[in-house]
Order: sequence, then C-alpha cells, then structure tokens
Amino acid sequence: MGEVVLRGFGWRHAGRKAWAVRGVDLRIAHGERVLLLGPSGAGKSTLLAALAGLLPDDSGESSGTVEIDGLDPRKAREQVGIVFQDPQTQLVMSRSGDDVAFGLENRGVPAAEIWPRVDEALHRVGFGYGRDRPTAALSGGEQQRLALAGTLALRPGLLLLDEPTANLDPAGAALIRSAIARALDDDTTLIIVEHRVAEALTLVDRVVVLEPGGGVRADGPPGAVFAAHGDRLADEGVWVPGHAVAARKAVTGPGAPLVRADAVSLRHRLPPATLTARAGEVLAVTGPNGAGKSTLALLLGGLLKPTSGTIDAGAGGAPYRWRAVDLTTRIGSVFQDPEHQFVTNRVADELALGPRRIGRSEAEVSRIVEELLQRLRLAKLAGANPHTLSGGEARRLSVATALATAPRLLILDEPTFGQDRRTWIELVELLARLRDDGHGIIAVTHDADFVATVADSVHRLERTA
Amino acid sequence: MTLTVATFEASTAPLARRNPVAKLAAALLFSAPLIATLDPLTPTIALAIELAVLPLFGVRYGTLFRRAWPLVLAAAGIVITLVLFAAERTGATVATLGPFEVTTGVLITALGMVLRVFAIALPGIIVFATTDPTDLADALVQNVRAPARFAIGALAAFRLVPLLGQEWQMLSLARRARGIDAGRSPVARVKLFVSTAFALLVGAIRRGTRLAVAMDARGFDAGTPRTYARRQVFGRADAALMIGATLLSAAALTTSVLTGLFRPIIG
Repeated sequence: MGEVVLRGFGWRHAGRKAWAVRGVDLRIAHGERVLLLGPSGAGKSTLLAALAGLLPDDSGESSGTVEIDGLDPRKAREQVGIVFQDPQTQLVMSRSGDDVAFGLENRGVPAAEIWPRVDEALHRVGFGYGRDRPTAALSGGEQQRLALAGTLALRPGLLLLDEPTANLDPAGAALIRSAIARALDDDTTLIIVEHRVAEALTLVDRVVVLEPGGGVRADGPPGAVFAAHGDRLADEGVWVPGHAVAARKAVTGPGAPLVRADAVSLRHRLPPATLTARAGEVLAVTGPNGAGKSTLALLLGGLLKPTSGTIDAGAGGAPYRWRAVDLTTRIGSVFQDPEHQFVTNRVADELALGPRRIGRSEAEVSRIVEELLQRLRLAKLAGANPHTLSGGEARRLSVATALATAPRLLILDEPTFGQDRRTWIELVELLARLRDDGHGIIAVTHDADFVATVADSVHRLERTA
Repeated sequence: MTLTVATFEASTAPLARRNPVAKLAAALLFSAPLIATLDPLTPTIALAIELAVLPLFGVRYGTLFRRAWPLVLAAAGIVITLVLFAAERTGATVATLGPFEVTTGVLITALGMVLRVFAIALPGIIVFATTDPTDLADALVQNVRAPARFAIGALAAFRLVPLLGQEWQMLSLARRARGIDAGRSPVARVKLFVSTAFALLVGAIRRGTRLAVAMDARGFDAGTPRTYARRQVFGRADAALMIGATLLSAAALTTSVLTGLFRPIIG
C-alpha cells in the first residue's frame, strides 16, 4: 500500500501558459519517507495535489500518468491523506474530537468504531486535551496537530504534508514535527514538502529535487543529494543545512530617537511596554505568541490608540491622531500578511499610490515607482496583479509600498516569516542598507536567524498571565 | 465585532435539552401565527408566555436582554418611522413635534408593531442561545434528512465567521498604513467602506475555497453514505414541545379574537 509511480507526469492549470510541473518520473515504494524539494515555482504543491486526487480533469491539462497502488489518484482517494499549511482552513468542527471524527463519518465508518479511532489518532499525534476541547482555543501548532490526527484517523497508506509548519511559529513548528515523528509507522508512505530542510531531515530517508523547467534534478539519500546539489539549491532559495549567512550589523552607533513608547498598553492585548527606537538601528521585538508583539507594532505605527501610556514620535502629538497621509511620510508599517495592504490591481499602481496621496508630481511619482521596481526586483511584474504574486514577491512589494513615501521609521511584522532563503537574504540586505542610510527599523520577529544576522538591539516581550 | 449568535450556553434545563430541530420548529410554530394580527394584545400574551417558559430553557433574563438589545434599535426605528410617516392619525393628539402630530392611534399602532418584533424574534433568540450549532447541523441531517453537504458545509463556514471581525480590523488598519483614510468626507468614507468590504469578501472566498478543498481531502465529496458519530434522537418530548408551542400560539390568537381586538394583517 502507498506505492507511488509517476511516468512523465505533468500538469498545467487551466488558463496558464506554463506547466506547473512537467516530465516527472518517480517511483516511491511502500513505507518510504521522502522530502520533496525545489525552488519556488517548481510545482511541488501541484504534484502533491495531483497525488491527493484533488486536481479535477476540468481544472487543467495533464500529461503522462500518475498511479497510487496502480490506481488513478482520483480513484485511490481513500489511500491518501493530505495536511496543508494553514490550520485555520483545515478544521471543520468546533470540538476537537468531532473534527477528527469528520473524515471517518464521510468515509462511512460504522458509528461504534468512530470514537475508538478518534482517541487512537489523538493519542498518536500526542494531542494534549480531551475530545471536547474547542478547536478555537487551540494554538496554531495544536490545531495543526489536530488536522494531522484527522488525517491519520483515516489510516492513509500515503501521507502527504504540504509545508505543514510554514504558518507556525517555532514552538508550533516543533510541536507538529514531534507529532509527525511520533505518528509515523512502517505502513505509511510519507511525502513532505518543506523548505526548512534541517527541520524535515529527521523525518525522511530520501530527498527528491524537482527541476523548475521540468523533470527531476536529483534523487537519493539526503547526504548525497546535498553534497552534490546543496550549493545550487541554497542559491535558489532552499534552506539547505550548513549554509550560514554572514552577519550584517550596524557599523556606527545608533542616532537620534525616532519613536519612544512610555508604558504603552492596550487592554487585553498588551501589558505596559517601554522602549525607544533610534535612527540607524535595527530593533528586534521578540517574545512568545500572545505577548502582544504585533499589537505593539500597530501602536508604534500610529495605527491603534493605546489604552494607557504615551507614544512620542516627534512633532504633531500622538501618532494615532495623525492624518494617514502624514503618517506614511514618517512611519511606514509593513504587515505580516502582505495581501492585507494591497489596494490596487497592478504592482506599479500599488507603488504609485502612496507618493500620489502625499501630493508628489506625476514626474516624481513615476521616478519613485521606477526606482523601487528596479531596487526590489519587481520590474518584470509591474503590470501584474499584486494578489497573484508569490510569497517572496508579495513581501518585497509590501516593503516597497512603505518605502515609496520615504518614511524615516519602518516597522515590520514578521518580515521574514515563511520566506525562502533567497528572499530572506534580500530582505536582510535591504533592511541593513536602509539602516546604514540612517533609517530606523523595528521588526517584530520569531526568527532567531534574523535577530542574529541583522538586529542591533532586542526588546523581548513576555507573556503575562 | 462580536456575534452573539455564535455563542451558546450548554444547559441541562428540560427544554434546552430538546432536539435542536424540534426547538427550531417550535419557535417557528409559535412565532409564525403571530404575524397574522396587528393588535397589541396578541404579542403581549405571546411575550408573557415566552418570558414564563424562559427558565425551562435555562436562559437567564439578563442573558436574554443582552442578546435582544439590538431589537431595541429596531423598535426605536419603528416608532420614529410611524411618527414621521403614519398615514392614519386617529385618536387624540398627544404631542405636536413641528409638522408631525403624534396621536394615540399612531402610538397604539407603534406599540403593536414593537411588541410584534419582540414576540416574533425572542423564540429564535432563545433557541440559538441554547443550541450548539453542531447539534443543530447533526439534527438537520439525521432527523429531517437535510443534505449533509449543505448542513455540515454551513457549519464549517460558520466557524470562520469570527475571523471576519479580526480580518476587518486588519484591513482597516492596513489601509490607514497605506495613507488611505476618509478624513471628514462622507463620500470618501463610503468608498473606503466599500473597498474594505470587497477585500474582506475576496479574502473570505479564498479561505472558504481552501476549507472546501481540505474537507474534500477528508472524503466529504466521497459520495459514500455518511455515518454519524453523534446521534440526535427525536422523541416524544420533542414532538410534545412542538405541539405545545402550536397550542400556546393558538391560545394567544384566540384570546385576541374573543376580546374583539384581533386586527388581521390582510383585509
């Protein structure tokens, strides 16, 4: 059970010119554990969707064949389980036990067998609560564990994991990794897509690298694959272990204060916090989930009104009272989800919006747009819809929109979250250069590598009961 | 943004434990006939009955008031509308507000409508305050053969509703961060509202699509007959609740007819 055979497999989504994945020949035996790698756009997720039988005939064009235990994946659905990135959109029911039971009900498992199998699956992933635990009360990592239990309860011969830790903070990611390790048995074939390679290596015994243009670039034991292809994969953005990035700390001391928070708090979300961010400095705000890091970023950015305490960002009183256009010339905020900030249908319009609103002339606007398109490698995408960009492109665009109105202070919420290595390095370099030019940078982050590489000072928030 | 319908309190009160479909049907059977009359007496009797049975549902009066307060706004709207636009201004003049004459006839009509709003809405509020949405979906599928694709699908979508409130706030803050605010212009405010709402809708559709794929990946579209992990039973007590609701509603209407106050909505 759980044997996968692909012969010259390809898939092109309806309405697209390029093939998402093409010319893949691959044989994966019963019980193997495979890490599927490749640069962004190599078609990893499409391949998983095909194996899960989730690509209907009318949604695109296929070539070659794909078989699971000799069957078309659309006919072998009962053999396959898949867990996606986002736990929020995988949970169906409001109680944890009911959610695990959902798949069993769908498959027509007799009622008497359902609850024993639910309990077994919850135990297998190390779920720490009872069946009645509300799914809304779970952390992201716990929710993802539950999603895994819901899939394992169906006893799939082939388990597919599509970046299962990508939406989780480090603690949540550790939780789901240990759950996967604990849940695997010799009867389950595993295919996992994960660009944080070091974290997936403990789970797999084989690595397959997809070539973006089509076909398989490398296939074999992890050690051999990384010895032969590690450098190139790292350049292409894969987080290959042992490829460290050089530190980019400030060479001069910090300058004048740009924003000062004095015992600033927001009811239910942030206990009083005091900090100062200066020009020519990257200040990292760290701490566990729920400590109020993002809330602090919104307060410092003049987007929320504090319940108590004061924020001093120079002339004009508290930043939350400023007009929005004034705000953009002084403090730029970059949200964790870039799509929240996109308001137009073209990348170039997105960049022109800020300068236009602050009253720049059309000549200046087009000069700013042109410069930012070049600087952030977005020139080829000038006419594209912002909502169709890849994760890395969308992140670069959201930073560029904040830079377009030239604020002195830039506040970013998890700027490197979920980014591939290439975008990560570009972002670190960009922020380091802005700092060296005298900008102040505040970055809310979980990313220890980011802090080690570019942060000049760290403000840690703790969770209070 | 909190949505009070999204919360319920588990209760062991005798009527709270009834089958959710029976409760919903009882609420409809009780409320629907009240629409037939415009007099103030029928809804008054109905309200008295509703408040009297409240303890049997284990709902505290304070809880009911908290959930029902949006109806006060509706009631105020009715009174204002009638004072301004009522065609018939019979009875003695109570007050004169500029060009508007407030008469006893206008006030009685307004009172009747306000009471109707409360009498018709309260049963629904009571049902949702005492019913787990999961149980309702289960009962709809098991006891009245509603399609699972509809009932469970709606239940799953319902779970995403509280996210919309957070999403709205993030989208609004993100717009301010981009230099977009309405300032004092009402036109700009409407435009901003529409664009934020559109972004919210796009995001909601995208999340809904992802959820649907995840549900199908767990066999929701398998087509094999579903089994039920949780049984919902429809028993005699449930039937009795529905019959009781019908009888009480009929009693309220009959009283109104016998006292001669009955004012049919048609005719």
